Amino acid sequence: MPTRSHGGLGARLRRGVEPAVLLGPGLLFYAVLVGVPVGLVTGYMFARRGRFGGVEWELSLDNFSRVTDSVYLEVFRESLGLALVATVISLAIGYPTAYAIAKLPPRWRTVALVLVVVPFWTNFLIRVYAWIVLLNSQGVLNDVLVGLGVVDERFTLLYTPGAVVVGLVYSYLPLMILPLYAAIEKIDDELLEASTDLGAGRVRTFLGVQLPLTLPGVVTGSILVFVPSLGNFVVPELLGGGKTVMVGNLIRDQFLKAQDWPFGSVLAMMVVVLLVLLFLGQAWVTRRVEGGARA
Amino acid sequence: MTQSTTPGVLLEVREASRSFGHVRALDSVSLTIAENEFFALLGPSGCGKTTLLRSIAGFEHPDSGAILLGGRDLLALPPNKRPVNLMFQSYALFPHLSVASNVAYGLKREKLPKAEVTQRVAEVLDTVGLQTMADRRPAQLSGGQRQRVALARAIVKRPRLLLLDEPLSALDRKVRAEMQLELKRLQHEVGITFVVVTHDQEEAMSMADRIAVLAEGRVQQVASPLELYRHPANLFVADFIGTSNLLAGPSDRERLMVRPEDARLVTPGEGTLSGTVLDTQFQGGTSTVAVEVSTLAKPFLVCEPGATAAVRGTEVGLVWDHSVVVGEGLA
Repeated sequence: MPTRSHGGLGARLRRGVEPAVLLGPGLLFYAVLVGVPVGLVTGYMFARRGRFGGVEWELSLDNFSRVTDSVYLEVFRESLGLALVATVISLAIGYPTAYAIAKLPPRWRTVALVLVVVPFWTNFLIRVYAWIVLLNSQGVLNDVLVGLGVVDERFTLLYTPGAVVVGLVYSYLPLMILPLYAAIEKIDDELLEASTDLGAGRVRTFLGVQLPLTLPGVVTGSILVFVPSLGNFVVPELLGGGKTVMVGNLIRDQFLKAQDWPFGSVLAMMVVVLLVLLFLGQAWVTRRVEGGARA
Repeated sequence: MTQSTTPGVLLEVREASRSFGHVRALDSVSLTIAENEFFALLGPSGCGKTTLLRSIAGFEHPDSGAILLGGRDLLALPPNKRPVNLMFQSYALFPHLSVASNVAYGLKREKLPKAEVTQRVAEVLDTVGLQTMADRRPAQLSGGQRQRVALARAIVKRPRLLLLDEPLSALDRKVRAEMQLELKRLQHEVGITFVVVTHDQEEAMSMADRIAVLAEGRVQQVASPLELYRHPANLFVADFIGTSNLLAGPSDRERLMVRPEDARLVTPGEGTLSGTVLDTQFQGGTSTVAVEVSTLAKPFLVCEPGATAAVRGTEVGLVWDHSVVVGEGLA
């Protein structure tokens, strides 16, 4: 007689119910708060704009062709450029910082990580306003540089693309540091010693072992900085003085000022698609580095 | 710097000391290891054997003393410039690289022509029996296979000295026995001097030409397995290597050691000692008889070939053919 290793009906039911109970709330949350808006926006893309906002449900593909207008392409190009620069600078600052934190004694590691997160406890707008105080031509940075005689004349930092990058890097640097720290901390020191033992110097060990093994962290951190940078409209407005228009500003303006929801939807969906592609790329990198099941 | 070394000597450790806080991990350790020798550093955890190994590899630096390889000062070289390779206890295989790339890693650092790298990698994978696994990732291998990759990666560099940190500890019993033979075969085949660190006396005894027994950062004895077993320098070595019966010695600070296989059971009253059979254990080729002797704290063990005739609870006498006097103190 075969043994019934799978138990009776009750046990089978419980096995079916348990995941449903555990996953249910999360799935419901996403279905309602992500699925519905994305569905709506997808629908809007194929509609005509209403006269006072909203949409008229009449099939139209005009919204897609407008994206190729050079004005909008320019906005995309500039946004991608600024977000990319902000990401690269965050990586350049974040990697050494994360590395230094990972090499601290365990007690100080926690302190350092808390310090990295502390800015999040203050309202985002207030922190961006603080940069206005720092960067304006009568501001602290100018005071210091002129006072030290580094520059002769006060100069404009505020309301330049540079100020936007500073603001983006400042805002999202912690999102770079945390995944990098997690990746660096996870590396077994013996792997680095093994590289040295096999004849590699410091640079070679970094490029050949440390960097590839922390690549998932690099990619995750970069996405976490790049994506919100691309969609951000507060920083370009406050620190860029409205002269630097990024995709985020453009999308917001389509909905709130131009009352062109269908076109705003197309722009928004482009950002969403880009995001999905980035995350697929990240998953691919992670799988490649970790080579299937971990030992 | 002029350093004279006896011919045939490959590695010389001279009075190396290393402290971590108040702990003396190495306390004036001196050793010589010969060319082509299979040498074992044996001791309990915390005896300093790993610190010594890591000092030779270059990941620790002794506070004082010298380490010479072929008469050359090793301590002056950074770890990546030493003609010495280490096989890590965890194997430390690079998880993002294939087996072949793991093995090629060290050769590429030597800036060898690509064809030579490919050829040597293929050769060494053949030697360790992993030629079909070249494209796998470490995560796709069994424990024994990973160990072979680690070994291949180290010997492909043709180091003058190969250090192995607890090479068999991560393997299960059966694979372990196979690998003991395998390591010996390989050492013979590639002609590299091996230094194995282990806490397992059986492992050291079965593989090494000579063994250094360490305790509390000091060398207790350096000798062949047979010599260590027959003539331990002190009580620590006697106790650590194999099983021993310790009896009162000629003086307060000395004990008499009798190995179980040197003792025999005789009729009560005829032996040097007498006692009651406490237990018998049949191990296949041999049997161990535990005899309770009123003057000893621990049961006296006798190892007999085949099955034993001793019956639990009966009186027996004990005699032995060979005994050694050992000192109590540590070196």
